[in-house]
Amino acid sequence: MKVLIPKSKPAKGAVGKTGLWRTSKPVVNHNKCIKCVICWAFCPETTILRFEDNSVDIDYEYCKGCGVCANECPVNAIEMVED
Amino acid sequence: MSIIEDKKSLSNVKVVTANEAVALAVKCAKVDVVGAYPISPQTSIMEYLTKYIETENIPMEIVRVESEHSAMAVAMGAAAVGARAFTATASQGLLYMAEMVYWVGGSRLPVVMAITSRAMGAPWILGNEHTDVLLPREWGWMVLFPEDNQEVFDTIIQAYKLADTTLVPVVVGLDGFILSHTTMPISIPDQSIIDNFIPKNTPKPYALNTEDPFTHGNAVHSNLYLEFRHNIFKTIEDSEDLVDEIDKEWSKLTGRSYGGVIEEFLLDDAEVAVLVMGASSGDAKEAAKKVREKYGIKAGVIRLRSIRPFPVKRLSKIAQKVKAIGVFDRNMSPGLGGMIATEVKFALYDLKNRPIVQSYIGGLGGKDVKIADFENILVELKEMVDGKREVEKVKWVGLDLAAIEKFLEEV
Amino acid sequence: MTSIKQLPYEEYFLAGNGSCPGCGLTIGLRNVLKALGKNVYMVVPASCSSVVQSPFPNSSATVPLLNTPFAASAAAASGMVRALKIMGKDAVVMVWAGDGGTFDIGLATVSGAAERNEDLLYICYDNEAYMNTGGHRSSATPLGTFTGTTPTGKRENKKNVPLIMAAHGIPYVATASIAFVTDLYDKIMKAKDMKGFRYIQIYSPCTPGWLLPTEKSVESAKLAVQTGIYPLFEIEGGIFKISAPSKAYLKKEKRKPLHDYFKIQGRFKHLKEEHIKLIEQWIDQMNEEYAALDGKKIF
Repeated sequence: MKVLIPKSKPAKGAVGKTGLWRTSKPVVNHNKCIKCVICWAFCPETTILRFEDNSVDIDYEYCKGCGVCANECPVNAIEMVED
Repeated sequence: MSIIEDKKSLSNVKVVTANEAVALAVKCAKVDVVGAYPISPQTSIMEYLTKYIETENIPMEIVRVESEHSAMAVAMGAAAVGARAFTATASQGLLYMAEMVYWVGGSRLPVVMAITSRAMGAPWILGNEHTDVLLPREWGWMVLFPEDNQEVFDTIIQAYKLADTTLVPVVVGLDGFILSHTTMPISIPDQSIIDNFIPKNTPKPYALNTEDPFTHGNAVHSNLYLEFRHNIFKTIEDSEDLVDEIDKEWSKLTGRSYGGVIEEFLLDDAEVAVLVMGASSGDAKEAAKKVREKYGIKAGVIRLRSIRPFPVKRLSKIAQKVKAIGVFDRNMSPGLGGMIATEVKFALYDLKNRPIVQSYIGGLGGKDVKIADFENILVELKEMVDGKREVEKVKWVGLDLAAIEKFLEEV
Repeated sequence: MTSIKQLPYEEYFLAGNGSCPGCGLTIGLRNVLKALGKNVYMVVPASCSSVVQSPFPNSSATVPLLNTPFAASAAAASGMVRALKIMGKDAVVMVWAGDGGTFDIGLATVSGAAERNEDLLYICYDNEAYMNTGGHRSSATPLGTFTGTTPTGKRENKKNVPLIMAAHGIPYVATASIAFVTDLYDKIMKAKDMKGFRYIQIYSPCTPGWLLPTEKSVESAKLAVQTGIYPLFEIEGGIFKISAPSKAYLKKEKRKPLHDYFKIQGRFKHLKEEHIKLIEQWIDQMNEEYAALDGKKIF
């Protein structure tokens, strides 16, 4: 019997390439960055990547450009740039 | 000793109400989780189950919820992780949990629910009526309707087999008060028979787990929802043979057969027949015998045991020979006719020589329907066959307009 | 007290999900799941989260997740907990519900599960309205707030569900905020291994619903605590305890002016001075009462 069960498997970009949603994108100034990873903790989209040394970078494929990271960065190391 | 001989052993026989039969079957089926909420006339099912748990220490979890909606939610949550789940309700309770019943239907979870048929308000009413049992047929559930307490026990077990095989949940209806509160002797098969008939280690692609995580029930785009519903439709439509097979298999193990989707009573040479569900079938069978004796009318009974899947194939076969079918509905589709009569007409309409189908509505709210009423139906059907009586859209059994005449008000 | 750097690296809610930019609930969910790990079953009733998961055949959740109708989450979770128990499987069952499904339509269900003290972790992310339908008042909507069904401002006060839950005698109740992620993380870590019904309510800004600029989502949550509007506390074993982020703000003179909180959110822009005074009175009273309860056994 072939049954169709309403179940879905985990997938990144499940709704699509959400990077296309944004009108501005965050740019990290790695010289200013103090590696506090506050931006990573607060990113609503899981698009700030945290590395072993606590440096960060942006996953631009899915970043929606909300600007929370730029707003919360204690040293203004993230700038929202038009996209 | 063979199973058939063993059946005669009195130690297997208990004299129980259908509610207790349900509880015993749930215990024998080794149900894992029960959502429990009281409502007349199913409440004693929950009383028996809690008694087994608290005094016999059976491995069963019962959640004494705060509403029927939650009772079905509990069954769903348990089934969703692969446990065997059960709940029971009636009437108002079924309506209260309607959203959950529909959701379980769409979820493809093998839940079994007993419904002790009861009419619904307004105004308040406790009496026996089949409308509640029949509603889930529109909600993606299969519906089976036994005639007596033994069959109630057996059908609960068969329902788990049907549900586990098709991933369509199943309602087992039973006449409220008439069966739920009436004692009859039943024979309980050996536990090993039941364990082998409904094993728990069936494949469960729907069961959530942490090893291979997935999401259940998230949104579907409009362009695919139709296909989900079609799958349910097809599964139910294709299960007519399965219900027959399960009945046959059970019969080999216990010696008891109920005819699968339809129990055919005196139909071999029947010219006219009453189509009926549940406990009233007993009265209809007596009437058929009487009418043969008294008037020589070749009468029979089509006992509809499966409402979903609707036995189109079997009924069509019966309809090749029977010339008039009186469908007795202890329910109604307001303004149109009996619910089952409507479905019988749909099923038989395209037959080359289709029989007369007369809709009879009666017994709503538990109003008594007697053997004599079924005799009248059979006699009328014969008159219709002989051209001596017109077929009507709907005929009412036991309607007493004089009794309410004085209460009618002008608007 | 865990520090931000100590939060685990592993992510359980994937990028490219259906949430709005700046969504508070995903900030909360990411950090809650970091605390819970893989061995968790989520139960999600009708809410923004139903849509944020993304549609068939994909899901942004990497843990097993059951979607349920609106009122049913705590009951479905109860059935799930009992099933896992009888099947001998050890895992946390977490309800992730909005304020609508908890404060209103699901209140009887949540109360039932709490009264039975089911072994559940019930988390309500509070965005203060029925946001999934576009922003319509719930009993969690604060006094004076604009929503689609309270266009001139809600006339009733916010229902205090944490205290209602504590009155059930459950082992753990807490309020938390997405702005204080380590406090939230610690509360989840504490609650996850407890037995019995645990209720945690997380303040979760909604950028479209609150008419809030997307980048100010965390900032507004911080201000909610700093103005005393959303005090963070725990009620463990019936003992009330104000949480560290809110401790200072019990004192009126330490609290930031309400205007700071109101001015960044469009949902408050219609408020006149007399309304703000009224709201301030209520906030002052609430903080006084909580200060008096701090350290005491209240249930």
